[in-house]
Amino acid sequence: MTTEDNSTNTNTNNNKTLKKLLLVVLAMFGFGFALVPLYDVFCDITGLNGKTNTSAAIYDANGVDKSRTVRVQFITRNAQGVPWKFEPIVNEVDVHPGEMQFVSFYAKNNGTHDIVGQAVPSVSPGQAANYFHKIECFCFTHQPLGAGMDVEMSLQFYVDLELPADIKTLTLSYTLYDITEKSS
Amino acid sequence: MSTNVIDQTSHEEHQAEHSSDDHHEHKMTGIKRWLYTTNHKDIGTLYLWFSFIMLLTGGALAMVIRAELFQPGLQIVEPDFFNQLTTVHGLIMVFGAIMPAFTGFANWMLPMMVGAPDMALPRMNNWSFWILPFAFGILLSSFFMESGAPNFGWTFYAPLSTTYSNGSTAFFVFAVHIMGISSIMGAINIVVTIMNMRAPGMTYMKMPLFVWTFFITAYLLIAVMPVLAGVVTMVLTDTYFGTSFFNAAGGGDPVMFQHIFWFFGHPEVYIMILPAFGIVSTIIPAFSRKKLFGYSSMVYATSSIALLSFIVWAHHMFTTGMPLFGELFFMYCTMLIAVPTGVKVFNWVATMWRGSLSFETPMLFSIAFVILFTIGGFSGLMLAMTPVDFQYHDTYFVVAHFHYVLVTGSLFSLYAGAYYWLPKWTGNMYNDALSKWHFWCSLISVNLLFFPMHFLGLAGMPRRIPDYALQFADFNKWVSIGGFAFGLSQLIFLAVVIKCIRGGEKAPAKPWDGAIGLEWTVASPAPYHTFSTPPPQSDIDNADQHSH
Repeated sequence: MTTEDNSTNTNTNNNKTLKKLLLVVLAMFGFGFALVPLYDVFCDITGLNGKTNTSAAIYDANGVDKSRTVRVQFITRNAQGVPWKFEPIVNEVDVHPGEMQFVSFYAKNNGTHDIVGQAVPSVSPGQAANYFHKIECFCFTHQPLGAGMDVEMSLQFYVDLELPADIKTLTLSYTLYDITEKSS
Repeated sequence: MSTNVIDQTSHEEHQAEHSSDDHHEHKMTGIKRWLYTTNHKDIGTLYLWFSFIMLLTGGALAMVIRAELFQPGLQIVEPDFFNQLTTVHGLIMVFGAIMPAFTGFANWMLPMMVGAPDMALPRMNNWSFWILPFAFGILLSSFFMESGAPNFGWTFYAPLSTTYSNGSTAFFVFAVHIMGISSIMGAINIVVTIMNMRAPGMTYMKMPLFVWTFFITAYLLIAVMPVLAGVVTMVLTDTYFGTSFFNAAGGGDPVMFQHIFWFFGHPEVYIMILPAFGIVSTIIPAFSRKKLFGYSSMVYATSSIALLSFIVWAHHMFTTGMPLFGELFFMYCTMLIAVPTGVKVFNWVATMWRGSLSFETPMLFSIAFVILFTIGGFSGLMLAMTPVDFQYHDTYFVVAHFHYVLVTGSLFSLYAGAYYWLPKWTGNMYNDALSKWHFWCSLISVNLLFFPMHFLGLAGMPRRIPDYALQFADFNKWVSIGGFAFGLSQLIFLAVVIKCIRGGEKAPAKPWDGAIGLEWTVASPAPYHTFSTPPPQSDIDNADQHSH
């Protein structure tokens, strides 16, 4: 009978639609995870979250712009439960764009255990991140520090000549994490 | 009219006797009927009862919250338990009360409205309901665990739900996984039913607007629930398996959590309001005795709201430190949503304009919906403005905003729909006087409950805190009184429903003279099986909501 034909037709159609929709569900589940690398790429391009370069940059500034001065401030904080004293030796420096600068940070492990630390930098305002180039930074590597030991850690950087004119101060903030478990 | 109905019913019974795969007269009895059922009406009933029980559960948690906030200082609960209450209250109301209630409406009404014998995938339909109690069982059981229930807010921002979790993250994640699977299955069923099961002759643009809004909502669910499943999975692996999606120490980024969450979260808020638009667009024309004004523009407005919902998520995150360009982009896109929403509100008002209105309880709830939802929409526009959002962010102004759209919006539309279709579901008219008590008590108490919250928020009272500064004491007292009154008023609804199931004036097939739609062409209560044969073209044409 035709009704039976109709109902088998409907069933085949239903299964087809069901399969298509299940594919969409899978694709969107994948998309959720794809957002992770996409977010990194997006932030890299736009400097959205103030992330700076994670490996050494090469100095290639075309001279120094003496007509401009930019103030670079340094702040540090420890993630919860990291028993280190961690602070910049100078709190701020005035630099000309294109000019190479050295600064140092001091760290001392006041805890009773050996700890591997990892400092994660971030620049504020976020859009300045792409114009702040680190040539050498302790944040590129892990910082193992025995109980009671201290260390002076260096940072070498320059500010890009192309830094937008409205940015007169930028703040480099380091957050120190305990990654002993992860690095072992 | 009644002869027509008898013809229809006898016609259907006749059909059923000859149908080989139909167990028309042999439905199981007792608990097995409900456990094994694949009947869309049974499953709809299960969804509706479940969501109402969840509403009362989430409401009970809210009562404790309001009792604690009745006066300043800490009286009843500890701050950590307070956080658990707000978290679970939010989760239950969103995923346990509002969303399953709409799925219940979809199950009951969609097959009848499109002239189909049942949902397209009845076995899956049974599954999608019966996994829900387990999800909420897991979530609620965490209250009795050593660690306590989730305390990181229903938005479970990392690192609160990862690094600083109280140990309830696993319960939370698995519960959300199950809720998500249930929603996805329900949504797939809705899409397949609407695409393949419509009666011959019912073209897309002849579907009732109710069907359209559920169709679009189901697509939103299919698009974003998997993203939620993904983000809770990341939270799970970050907490227990050492990944670093949201952990800066390992190269992740906690702000990314907010981006992924709100990519789900913003469409989610439209998932909870678009079906409400569908319900109200059904009821207002019925009691205005006019066709819906601007049917096509309603369809397009609903679609554009759904599309825009994917590009506005970061308006929840203005204070995370976005570049100016990002803030402007999300601000303007958000405000753009006010345009299609304005079209809808305009159309509802235009439908009522010069109609011959009558104020039965469904209409009262619908009119209250239009006014109060619009208030919630306006406070949403205020929040959309980046500069002022910096002041309103995380205050009671936000709480007032989303309760106006969710309680006086979604929940009121659910009540309107329940009263409108109760005669079809039970075969009896509800007790009119009691239902009006429910409406007026709810209306007055809900405004006492949520309206002063706007001012508390503007004055700087932060949300999710169990204590507050002394100057907020008077307003909080009134808010709490409104809260208790609103909570108690919902028990009137329970009484109305129970009375209506047990008896009452017999309802005709079409108890509302202005109502249109295929569901009114079958008897009341709706027979266990309807539209085993498709409805005639004339019925489909009569159900057309176009106003030409």
